[in-house]
Order: sequence, then C-alpha cells, then structure tokens
Amino acid sequence: MSADLSPLWEVFIRSRNGLAHRHAGSLHATDAEMALAAARDLFTRRGEAASLWVVPAAAIIASDPAEAGMLFEPTGSKIYRHPTFYEVPEDVGHM
Amino acid sequence: MYTQALNTAEAPGAPVDAAAAARFQARIDAEQRIEPRDFMPEAYRRTLIRQISQHAHSEIVGMLPEGNWITRAPSLRRKAALLAKVQDEGGHGLYLYAAAETLGVAREALVDQLLAGVAKYSSIFNYPTLTWADIGAIGWLVDGAAIMNQIPLCRCSYGPYARAMIRICKEESFHQRQGFEIMLTLCRGTPAQKAMAQDALDRWWWPVLMMFGPPDAQSQHSQTSTRWKIKRFSNDELRQKFLDATVPQARFLGLTPPDPALAFDAETGHWRAGPIDWAEFEAVLAGNGPCNRERLEARRRAHEDGAWVRDAARAHAEKPRATKAQAA
Ligand SMILES: [Fe+2]
Ligand SMILES: [Fe+2]
Repeated sequence: MSADLSPLWEVFIRSRNGLAHRHAGSLHATDAEMALAAARDLFTRRGEAASLWVVPAAAIIASDPAEAGMLFEPTGSKIYRHPTFYEVPEDVGHM
Repeated sequence: MYTQALNTAEAPGAPVDAAAAARFQARIDAEQRIEPRDFMPEAYRRTLIRQISQHAHSEIVGMLPEGNWITRAPSLRRKAALLAKVQDEGGHGLYLYAAAETLGVAREALVDQLLAGVAKYSSIFNYPTLTWADIGAIGWLVDGAAIMNQIPLCRCSYGPYARAMIRICKEESFHQRQGFEIMLTLCRGTPAQKAMAQDALDRWWWPVLMMFGPPDAQSQHSQTSTRWKIKRFSNDELRQKFLDATVPQARFLGLTPPDPALAFDAETGHWRAGPIDWAEFEAVLAGNGPCNRERLEARRRAHEDGAWVRDAARAHAEKPRATKAQAA
C-alpha cells in the first residue's frame, strides 16, 4: 500500500506570545496546507498554541549522534567561558 | 488508552556487537533516553515497534465502542464531551503511530497489519457497549486502567514513546472524570438508572482487570522489557494499584464489583480480588471475543471508504507541481 505514503511533517508550536516555537510532534500530510490543518486538529485541541509551524521532515538536517562527543565535548574544558571562572571580591557587590 | 502486556516481547534475535550492547544497557541503567538515531539492539527496536503499534491500534479501535453512543448521548453536554474524548483517542493513535515510525516502520504498514488481522490490540475493545452506562463505565474504568498503565510509560527509555505518553496522559484525566461523572449521575438517579450503572460495572469489571495482562508468573518476556526500562511495573503490580484505587470509588458510587471474593486485607492495606478467568482473556485475544469481527470490519470499511479522500488529497498536492513543470 505504498501508494498511500504521504510525506512526514514536523510540527512546532508557539504556546504563548513572546515564547519560541517548540517541537510538538510529527504528522503525515500531502501538502503544506493539509499539514497545517492537521497540526491544528492534532496538537491544539486545548488552547496549546498561539502560532504553528510545519516543516517537511526531509528538510531538517540533523547532527549525527555518533559525532556528539566530537561536536560538543570540547566546550566542557572551556570553563573560562563561564562567569563563575572569574574571581571578584564579595565587597564589590553583585556583578 | 491503551497498551496491554500481551506477552509478545521479541526473543533476542541475531547476535549483536557485545560491546555496543553493553554500552546501550549502561545508558539505560543511567536513565538516559534512547533517541531514534542512537544505537539500539534489534530486539529492543522490534519490541518497541510491536508495543507502540499495538498501543496505537488500541487507541484507534477504542474509538468504536464509544463512537457507538455519540448520536444517542442523553444531552448536548454529554454529546460534546464524548465527541471530544473520542477525538482525543484518535489523536492518541496518531501520536503513537508517529512514535513507532521513528523506529523505521511506515504507518501504512502498521495499519495494513491491523486490517489484515495479524496485529493485536487491547482485548477490552472487543466487548459491546449495550447501554449509556457503558460509556460511564468505560471512561471511569477503562481509561482509569489506561492511566495506571500509561503513567509509568512517561518514563520509558525510548524518548519518542515517552514524550507521546506525556502528551496522552495530560488528556486522559478528563476521560476518566467524565466517565465517573456519568456513573455518579446514574447512581444518584432513579432505581432503574442505578441498576443500569450496576449492570455496566458487572459486565466491565473483569475485562478491565484483564487489561493489565496475564499474571506475572506467566509473563516470561516482561523481564527483558523491565531491563530495558520499557516496563517499570509488573502486570500484577499495576492491577493491584488499580484495584486499590477503584474499589473505594465503586463504594462511593454505591456499586458492588461482581466479585464475591473481593476483600480488604487489613494487614497489607490492599484489596484482594478473586480468581480471574484467564481462559476468557485468551479467547478474546485469539479473536473470539464478542465483537472482534465487528471491530475489524468497521476499521476495514472506514479505511476503504476513506480511500477517495486520500486519493483526492494526493491529486490536489500533485496539481501545483504539474502546473509548475508545464510553465517551466
Ligand atoms: Fe487514549
Ligand atoms: Fe482515553
């Protein structure tokens, strides 16, 4: 029944004005208009959204989990990027 | 709803890279979540595909017994609530099919398995909804049992399944409460209404206790699921939690579960049920429950009747592409 296959879309929801869109889940739809309508029915039945994005899942380029160490671990040793690395006498007050 | 332990975990398949398997188990033991593109043993993947798809099928088939009463709900308020609940169950099915698809299987293939009668779904939906009180009993008891089952699944080791369960659990509470409210209204009504509520409890009680799956002594496969942190509580543990929560609610309603052996064990603080008729459970799972054939036929008919909608949507999506190609 592969004739039934319709593309996968990722759904992002802005829950309130001022917040960023967050990934909510995915769904199948034949085109963008249908994806948006389905996202509204599927993910916003209780006032969860102020705005919706749908993105073709195939358009997302993801980092490889096998490379997570190489990509993200080097920052672990760069503690001088954090404010707590630097000593400021307490007398100075909040900085 | 509704996942059910059906004793169908996969036997360990082809030998896997022992070091990779050990790293995988260490991640599980450290309560890390496994994501779709992470390494996972083939047996873990197959067990999850089967469990999540059975769960999805159960949500979808579970729309049928309640859908049976939407047009006959006794008031507009009840009708709106039931319609919203059934719509939620359809949504639960879709969240779960999407979670299963992250494991590399197409939803169409899973739906085909259901329609071909080779996939399982929760035994509870093969019982008929004969009166309006059954709608109350389903919300109160079936969704109540589902909540017991599903809350631990929010911490399941597979990320997409756990996240789908969190979304689902948020919606289930309304399902149970609207069911209990229906029962309460009937129990505070005329003697005939109260008798109708008792009759519904009489018919649903044992099938609901069976929803948690066979007794622990007979569930050989649940150990693997426990080690993989897919399953956090055993079938009997969940059944006991449900019993302890539900018997006092039945008493509040003034109803009596149809179990002469049901007794409170003061020493342990637990309610003890009499023996469950597992032969009935096996028969329903094997396809011989009161409504198995009717449920599958209804699903097949809905799928076939919807074919033109899927065709039209595809044709519509093709049109702008074709027009663009012509213009170029
Ligand atoms: Fe559900
Ligand atoms: Fe539900």
